[in-house]
Parts: sequence; structure tokens; C-alpha cells
Amino acid sequence: MKVFKTIAWILLIAFVGIQFFPTDRNQNEAVYVSDFMRVNNVPPVIQNKIEVSCYDCHSNNTKYPWYNRIQPAAWFLEDHIKEGKDELNFNEWDDYSDRRKNSKLRSIISQIEDDEMPLDSYTLIHRDAKFSESEKKEIIKYMTKLKNNL
Amino acid sequence: MKKIRMTVGILTMALVSLITMSCKDGKKEGATEPMSNEMHQEDAASEMMADNSSKEGSSAILDNYLKIKNALVADNQEDAAKAGGMLFADFKKFDKSSYSSDEQQELTDIIEDAKESAEHISDSPIEHQREHFDILSKDVIDMIAITGTDQKLYQDFCPMYNDNKGAQWLSTTEEIKNPYMGSKMPGCGKVQKEIK
Repeated sequence: MKVFKTIAWILLIAFVGIQFFPTDRNQNEAVYVSDFMRVNNVPPVIQNKIEVSCYDCHSNNTKYPWYNRIQPAAWFLEDHIKEGKDELNFNEWDDYSDRRKNSKLRSIISQIEDDEMPLDSYTLIHRDAKFSESEKKEIIKYMTKLKNNL
Repeated sequence: MKKIRMTVGILTMALVSLITMSCKDGKKEGATEPMSNEMHQEDAASEMMADNSSKEGSSAILDNYLKIKNALVADNQEDAAKAGGMLFADFKKFDKSSYSSDEQQELTDIIEDAKESAEHISDSPIEHQREHFDILSKDVIDMIAITGTDQKLYQDFCPMYNDNKGAQWLSTTEEIKNPYMGSKMPGCGKVQKEIK
């Protein structure tokens, strides 16, 4: 009994302890000249859907959920956001060469087609980020058109 | 009694913070270490390569590209991943100084794009490897158009892959061995042209 109590205390203290190590927040309200929405003529419906579903991890501005205030959840999110931005940053779209735009679009299309993006772990909480079948079709159609016009 | 408890509590907390802090640092160190190793290796490699022409750089790239292709033909994720890692290093140390400035610009774009695909191939499941092999093939074909090659190559095309959008690849044999379909449809595709 005493052992359990000690373990519980240690866990509690550890939990409190790690709260003192905050993460850098990926938040920047700046408007980017190179942003995907600025350089492409994106229909409002598609723009809205992409911003809601993708921009949290694929741009320089994340709308954080409440649990980002708690460790270790924030560390987990930080990793995801870092990886997401490395792969694709919509804010920096126009800095990519045409060749890379082409490759990114190819990946965007197949990831959405195969339901790999947005991540299940993300849509579990962000229900509005989920793509319906018709939204999927619209976005793929739009991205394909963009790719063919490069 | 209360006092003792509190002191113990504070001490434990300090200890835990220390541990977590060192853990985090440890993690960071662990992450940077292989990179610095890699850099040392690269230094050694670039010294060794110093008097090699960039033609050899492109043939190293082609060799590892073909290794990935053969691994994907054989549905071998592991070998494809290994070759992907090596290909990434080849692209990183590719010396484009002997080309014209237009060609260098083009090569920079190609390498930037290809490096990313090589990296994905080095740590992804096979279907994702194939997706990036499609992107990579385009890059390598365009690179060869600039650098040339000593090997006789066949540019092949599979019309079915990627929902019938089709995909290209390079091979050293005339016989079709499809890296996108693997053992499901090894003979799918046709030769588009010969490169020499």
C-alpha cells in the first residue's frame, strides 16, 4: 500500500514538474506574400476547408486546443507541427520551385485520396477538419487543376 | 512531521525536474549526435571525392536509384529503404560546379526535390515508397538529361499506376520489370525510349 502511495506521489510530482518545460508556440498572425491562398486563386469554400483542416500543422500559425497548455500533450503536438511544416508549409508555397510544387501537389492529392491526411488523431478531436466525400473530390479536383497548370 | 514531508516533497520535485530536464537534453543530444557523425562521414567522403568528377556523382545516384527500383520490383521495402538513405547522401554531396549556371539552377531544383523523396523512401512503408519513387524517377530522368550517363538506359512507362495517371521509371534492361506494381503485375508497362 505504501509503495503505491509513493509511486502515485512520484507520478503526480513528475506531472507537475514537466509543466515547467513549456514548448515554443507556433503562432504568427503575419500575412505571407508567398501563401498558397494569396498566389493561387482559391475558391472561398476550398480555401476555408484547407485552412481549417491543414493549416494547424502546415503553416506558421496554429490554433491550439486547450490541452496544449498541458505537458506532455504539448510536446506531442510540437513534434507533429514541426514535422508537418517540414513536409509542407502553405505559408511558404510560392518559395517552392515549380518542380517542388508539382511534387507537393502530387503528394497532397494522393494523401487526401487515400485518407491519410488529415491524420485520424487530428480529426478525432477536430471533427470539422474531416473531409466529406464531396469535399475530398472538390479539393482533389482543384489541386489536380493547379498541378496541370504548372 | 509536516515539515519533513514538505522538505521531502520539494526535494523530490527538484529531483524530478532535474531528471526530466536532463532527459530532454539527452534526447536532443541523441538527436544531434548521428547528424554530427554523418557530417564527419561526409567530410571524409567529400575529401575522398575531391578529385572525382561530377559524372561519378551522377553515376552513384543512378546506381542507388536502380537499387531502389530493383527492391521495389521485388516488393522489398527494407532494401529500398537502405538504398534510399544512400541516395539521399549522394544527392547531398553532388557537385554541380562544372555545369553552366542555367543547368546549375535546374540541378538545384532537381536535387532539392529528389532529396525529399529519397528521405521518404528511406523511412516509409512500401506503398509510400512507390509514391515517392514516382516523383524521384521524374527528377532522375531530368537529371540524366543534363549530366548524361555511361550506361544504356531504358525509360519505361506504366500506364496503370496512380489511378491510371501513369508513372515512369528507368531501367538497365529492355525487359519490363515494374517497380510500381511489384509482383502483382511485374510485366505491366512499355519502353518509352532508350537513353544512351
